[in-house]
Amino acid sequence: MSSVMHSPSGLNFELPEELVLLKRTIREFVEKELWPIASQVEETDEIPQATIDAMRSLGLFGLPFAEQYGGAGVGELGYCVALEELGRASAAFSNLLGAHCSIGAMALHLDGGPELKARFMPALCAGEKLACFALSEPGAGSDAANIATRAVLDGDGYVLNGVKHFITSGDIADYATVFAVTDPARGARGGITAFWVDLNGPGVTRGPKDRKMGLFGSHTCELIFRDARVPADHVIGSVGAGFKTAMKTLDMGRLSLAAGCVGSAQFMLEKSVAYAKERVQFGQPIARQQAVQFMLADMATEIFAARNMVYHTAWKADRGERFSMEAAMVKRYCSDMAIHVVDRALQIHGGSGFMKETGIERAYRDARILAIYEGTNEIQRLIIAEELLRG
Amino acid sequence: MKIVVTVKHVPDTNAEKVLDPQTKRLNRSAVENVLNPFDEYAIEEALRLRDASPDTTRVTIASIAPRSGLEILRKALAMGADDAVLLSDDAIAGSDTMATAYLLALLLRHIGCDLVLSGTQSTDALNGIVPAALAELLGVPCLTFAKKLMVEGNSVEIQRETEDGYARVRAPMPALVSVTKGINEPRYPTLKGIMGAKKKEIRTLSLTDIGADPTRVGAAGSKTVVESFAAAGARAKGTVITATDPREGARRIFDFLIERKAL
Ligand SMILES: Cc1cc2nc3c(=O)[nH]c(=O)nc-3n(C[C@H](O)[C@H](O)[C@H](O)COP(=O)(O)OP(=O)(O)OC[C@H]3O[C@@H](n4cnc5c(N)ncnc54)[C@H](O)[C@@H]3O)c2cc1C
Ligand SMILES: Cc1cc2nc3c(=O)[nH]c(=O)nc-3n(C[C@H](O)[C@H](O)[C@H](O)COP(=O)(O)OP(=O)(O)OC[C@H]3O[C@@H](n4cnc5c(N)ncnc54)[C@H](O)[C@@H]3O)c2cc1C
Repeated sequence: MSSVMHSPSGLNFELPEELVLLKRTIREFVEKELWPIASQVEETDEIPQATIDAMRSLGLFGLPFAEQYGGAGVGELGYCVALEELGRASAAFSNLLGAHCSIGAMALHLDGGPELKARFMPALCAGEKLACFALSEPGAGSDAANIATRAVLDGDGYVLNGVKHFITSGDIADYATVFAVTDPARGARGGITAFWVDLNGPGVTRGPKDRKMGLFGSHTCELIFRDARVPADHVIGSVGAGFKTAMKTLDMGRLSLAAGCVGSAQFMLEKSVAYAKERVQFGQPIARQQAVQFMLADMATEIFAARNMVYHTAWKADRGERFSMEAAMVKRYCSDMAIHVVDRALQIHGGSGFMKETGIERAYRDARILAIYEGTNEIQRLIIAEELLRG
Repeated sequence: MKIVVTVKHVPDTNAEKVLDPQTKRLNRSAVENVLNPFDEYAIEEALRLRDASPDTTRVTIASIAPRSGLEILRKALAMGADDAVLLSDDAIAGSDTMATAYLLALLLRHIGCDLVLSGTQSTDALNGIVPAALAELLGVPCLTFAKKLMVEGNSVEIQRETEDGYARVRAPMPALVSVTKGINEPRYPTLKGIMGAKKKEIRTLSLTDIGADPTRVGAAGSKTVVESFAAAGARAKGTVITATDPREGARRIFDFLIERKAL
């Protein structure tokens, strides 16, 4: 195992020892605690409180955040490794965690001032309080720069008015990073501000939970702000810098989302390999059929490419380099890959794959959103092209 | 109080173990190695004692293993142990139980301790000899099969698991206690603990560091020799009853069980 041969080129693809243990620990947790309740979560559309508590005591909610606030400080690579492992469980869990860590509290972690962080990060790291990320609006999805939610300065704070929709964990989160227009004349260029908003405060209403195609156990809803007051010191970063915060946060979100894609696809591949070896038709396992072998070979190849681009980009992020273009590439490729792989997995499982019992049909429905949220794959292409054509 | 937990790194219990026909030793590089599951109870017990008086108690993990054993020491540190020491030396390969106990005794003398906690056995060799041999070599009382453990002042008391109950055994410290599975539920390392473990110290020592006599270790220094080994005989195949009529099938299974006086 650990007879490390360092390549003369200096490249090293081995995970550091602590991340190997992190990976193993989360895998064990997934297998022992999350797999057994997969169909329960699917049928009841709820994650049991006891499971959320177990996720909390393992320390999942503080994974990427600074140790000084009680986080685990695993770094971007560590966070990707963690989400890759969680990707082997139902999507509900990674959505709960993703809304909180990858985007909701991430904006505060990245751009929040020291006082704001000292006040709120400890409870967020411990998972005692949950966060969500509220950017999208009925009239502004892909065109996020065009949001209509307004924040008007009034005395010692801001007054918030507007509607956010499709907000993951909007029903259960205690706080939200909310993006609102503070200067309509300037729009995304200095006119949008990020606010840290207490969702249990006056003026905030949560809409009924949306009825979705999949991701059962994770909910989205509207967040409606009617003259909701937000103290001036709850501005994340500086006034007018909100759009930048949103984009920076989404870079992180996209990368970790892609890591989850790798894990779920890997799991689908493992299930498919096992099934192909075991399912006998025409007197032999279907794995003997070249058509099936080619599907497996393509799945494995795509996963290999995806994992490497995730790890490479995480490595870049950990070095403090800019990785917006890579994050967009990784999100685009890995989500399409995961959708393709689960489609092939279902094909290999034949009619059984279409039945609830195998869990493949659930994964199939759950995968489809990956090409849409955190920026559709068309928007990712726009980001990549913009970087390519810059200057 | 300084508690030392002795831990062994063993092949993953779920993995198929392979014996090398040449050396007649377990091929440890062919499988993933893990912390001996029995030792996790000893670690947990040590951590509970430490957590009860964190300012005055320190938990050190000690192991004799190849360098790959560092990984399991990290896990123990991630669970919460304070530091760890690994005795690793190519010359140790091939050491038997007594040679291992000899080395552990020297190692523990070298680092010093008030209480030694161990598992009752390892999942690979299952000898269950090391704890007793180690206590003997250290010249300290040996309290085995503890299903409950209490430290009071300068003495340690256990409930020793027996066939039909338990015996209360008490001894002055320094002492060695081996703990059973029933004693506690070992904690998961937390993710924070895993990251924090990186900053904790693991000392790596060699035979010269602990002043070991090289003629008493390794295959040459071991008194036991594995002469040969053989696979356990394959089990006889079960009887398969095929019947088209389920009633008839049930009848035949019934007859079969009656015949063997199982019913
Ligand atoms: C389950 C779920 C969870 C979500 N969670 C959150 C959350 O937590 N927080 C949050 O803020 N939002 C969340 N969203 C919203 C999500 O980010 C948006 O749905 C997404 O950004 C797309 O916006 P839209 O739905 O308005 O689609 P539209 O923007 O209307 O896009 C419709 C189609 O037009 C294409 N299109 C649009 N503009 C262009 C263009 N310029 N060039 C090429 N093609 C274009 C799109 O790619 C897409 O195919 C969630 C959505 C879902 C479904
Ligand atoms: C590098 C190496 C090479 C070996 N080669 C051989 C060989 O060629 N032939 C052979 O027969 N055996 C060999 N062994 C196994 C060696 O004999 C065992 O370490 C020893 O027998 C103890 O195993 P056990 O199953 O008897 O332990 P048990 O007595 O069943 O274990 C009880 C407890 O003792 C403690 N303990 C046991 N071993 C260790 C350890 N290594 N470090 C710290 N604590 C420990 C643990 O607390 C454990 O729970 C080798 C071991 C090592 C590390």
